[in-house]
Amino acid sequence: MTKRALVNASALVAAVVGVSVVLGAQQQIRTPRQMPFPRQPDWAKLEVETLHVQGQVHLIAGAGGNIAAQVGDGGVLLVDSGYEQMSGKVLAALRQLSNRTLRTIINTTLMDAHTGGNAVLIKEGRLNQAGPGLGQRPNEADLIGTSKLLALMTGLGRDKIPVERWPPSVFSGKQKDLSSNDEPVVILAVPNAVTAGDSMVWFRKSDVLVSGEIFNHASFPYIDMAQGGSINGIIEGLNVMLDIMVPKQNQEGGTMVIPGYGRIGDEHDVLEYRDMVTIIRDRVQAAIRKGMTLSQIKAMKPSATYEYEPRFNRDPAWTAEMFVEAIYRNLGGAK
Amino acid sequence: MDNAGRARIMAPFFLGLLLCFSAPAAAQVDFTGVWNGNTNAEDGPERAQGPSLVEFVGLPITDHARQWGLAYRPGRLSLPEHQCQVHVVHYIHRGPFGTRIWEERDPVTHQLIAIHQAINTYEQKRTIWMDGRPHPSPNAAHTWMGFSTGVWEGNMLTVTTTHIKQGWHRRENLPSSDEATSIEHWVRNGALWTHISVTEDPIFLSEPLIKSEDFTLNPSPNFNPFWPCEYIEEGERARGEVPHYLPGENPWMAEYAATHRLPQEATLGGAEQMYPEYRARLKTLPVAVFTSPDDPPAPPPAAPPGRRGASPPAAPAGGGRGGAGAAGRGGAAPAGRGQ
Repeated sequence: MTKRALVNASALVAAVVGVSVVLGAQQQIRTPRQMPFPRQPDWAKLEVETLHVQGQVHLIAGAGGNIAAQVGDGGVLLVDSGYEQMSGKVLAALRQLSNRTLRTIINTTLMDAHTGGNAVLIKEGRLNQAGPGLGQRPNEADLIGTSKLLALMTGLGRDKIPVERWPPSVFSGKQKDLSSNDEPVVILAVPNAVTAGDSMVWFRKSDVLVSGEIFNHASFPYIDMAQGGSINGIIEGLNVMLDIMVPKQNQEGGTMVIPGYGRIGDEHDVLEYRDMVTIIRDRVQAAIRKGMTLSQIKAMKPSATYEYEPRFNRDPAWTAEMFVEAIYRNLGGAK
Repeated sequence: MDNAGRARIMAPFFLGLLLCFSAPAAAQVDFTGVWNGNTNAEDGPERAQGPSLVEFVGLPITDHARQWGLAYRPGRLSLPEHQCQVHVVHYIHRGPFGTRIWEERDPVTHQLIAIHQAINTYEQKRTIWMDGRPHPSPNAAHTWMGFSTGVWEGNMLTVTTTHIKQGWHRRENLPSSDEATSIEHWVRNGALWTHISVTEDPIFLSEPLIKSEDFTLNPSPNFNPFWPCEYIEEGERARGEVPHYLPGENPWMAEYAATHRLPQEATLGGAEQMYPEYRARLKTLPVAVFTSPDDPPAPPPAAPPGRRGASPPAAPAGGGRGGAGAAGRGGAAPAGRGQ
C-alpha cells in the first residue's frame, strides 16, 4: 500500500466512524413504548420516577398504579399508594418533593397496585384537624374512598386485605369535596366501572384529573365483574372525564390527566381511548344482537379488538380476549 | 517513514475522530425565514382537497391500520372533542400554509440552542433543540408536535421527534400511533427547502413511511395567525356516541377504487405496493365495482300477477356517509378543515 493509499484509507475509516457515531446517536432515539407493570417484579430493581404535571400536582410513577401527589404549604395529599413493596421508594420520592406532613390519601379503586401502600403510608402522616372523626386515627393520614370501596374490602375480608388498608373515611353519592393546599379537590364516584367502588379525583386549580383504572395507557381497561365492574360504567366514566377536561388550544394541553398506568395525558388521549372502548363495546353488542355465541365472537376475523391489539394487548394478565369476554358477559350475551 | 509522513497519515485519522465528537454541535445552514409550501407538487392533493375514503394506495400500513381505516366514519370528526384535532408533526408539513423558522442562540457564545418553527397550518409551534438535551421520560405527556432534537450531518439538518400524539399518517382515516417516531432531513438549496420525513410506527406501519415536500423562501413574508379553532355543536346525538362502521360494513369501501378503475386490493395499502414488482400483480386483479348506498334502490322486478312487490334492500348499517350529525363525506367538520 502506498502512503497516499494509506492516507486515503485512514481518512475514509475515520469519516465512516464519525458519521456512524452521529447517525447511531440519532438512531437510538425512539418514542418509548407504554408497558404494563410487570406481573412478577423484582421489587429491589424497580425505581419510581417523579414528574411535575402542573400546578401543585406531581406524578409518582413506577410503584404499581400511578400515584398523584398534591404538594403545598398545607401538606401532602396522595391519590393512591402503589404496591406495599414500593412504599419505601414512594416515601423517598415524596420527600424529594416536600418535607410537609402527609395529610390525606384518596383511593380510586380496589386493586393492590393502587391501595397496597395504604397501611405503610398513612403511618407517615397525621390528620389535619385537632380531633379524630368517626373511625379516623389522629396520628395517621386520612384515608378516603367511596363507601362501596370499603364495602368491597370488607366483603373480601381482612385475610385478603388487611384492615389497615381499609378507608376509614368514606362517602356515598356522587362526589365528595374537600380543600387541600388552597385548592378545591373533588372526588367523583365512578359507579360500576372497573369495580363498584371506583372514583376519580379532580384538582380544580391545578387543572389535573386523576382517572384511576378506567383510563390506562398500557392495556385495555380492566373489568372486575366479580366486584361490580361493567363496560358501560367504564365508558360513562370516560365520558365524564371528557365533560370535565378543557384543552388549552387545538385539542392540546389544558386539563391534564394522570392515568391508572402510563404516561401523563390530556383530553385527546382520553378521547381516543374512549372511542376505542366504545367501538369495541358496540361490536360485541352488535354480535350479541345477531345471536352470536362467545366462541363465535372470539373467532371473528377481524377480531373485535383487532386494530387496537398491537398497542393495548400487552398485559398477559388482561388480554384482548379476556376483555371481549368480559364485555360479552357484561352485556348479557348467552353462555 | 519520517515525521512528516506519519503526520500525513495520522492527520486525517484525528480529523475523523474530531468529526465524531464535534459534528452535532456545528450549525452549518441557516433556515431562517418564511417558507411557503409548493402546493402544486406531488403532495398537492393532500395539501388541498384531501384523500378519498379508503385511499390507502402505496402506504406501508399494517393490517391493523387498514382495519382502523375501514372502520372509520367521517362523522367522528364532527364530535366536539375531535373538531380541533390537528395534524401531527410528521403530517403537518403537508398542510397548505407556510412556516416561519428562526434561530435561538446563546447571547454570549452564539452557540445554536434551538431552531423554532411556527407553522401556520393549525397554528402550531415547535422547538428543535440543538443543545444535545435528552428526550423526555416515557411518562411525559405527548403533543401534536412532539419533542424534537437536531444534529447536523454535513449541510443537512436531521431532526428526531418522539412523544407525538396519536394522529394520522393519511389525514383523517389512517391512524398513526402515539409510539411513532419521526426523523426529518432538512436540505436547503438557495431559496428552496426540501423537507424529507421518515416515519417509523411500530403499531401502524410495517416499513418506514418516507415522504418529501418542497418549500420556497418568501421574500416578502406575510405570516398571520390563522387557526383559533373553536368547536361547534351540530345536531343531537346520543351521549358518548362514536361514529364508526362495523367490520365488513363500510358501504364506501369500493368507491375510490371503482372511480379510478383500480382493483380494490390496490387501494388498501401495504408495503408491497411501494415496489415496482407490484405492477405485475396489479394487472391480474379485477377492477372494483361500486354501488353507492345513496343511490335509489333498483326497482323490484315485476311482480307476478296477484302478488305485492318485494321489500327494498336494507340500508347499509349505520345509515349514510357521515352518521348522525355529520354532513356529507367530510363529516360536519369545522369550516376550512380540509387541510
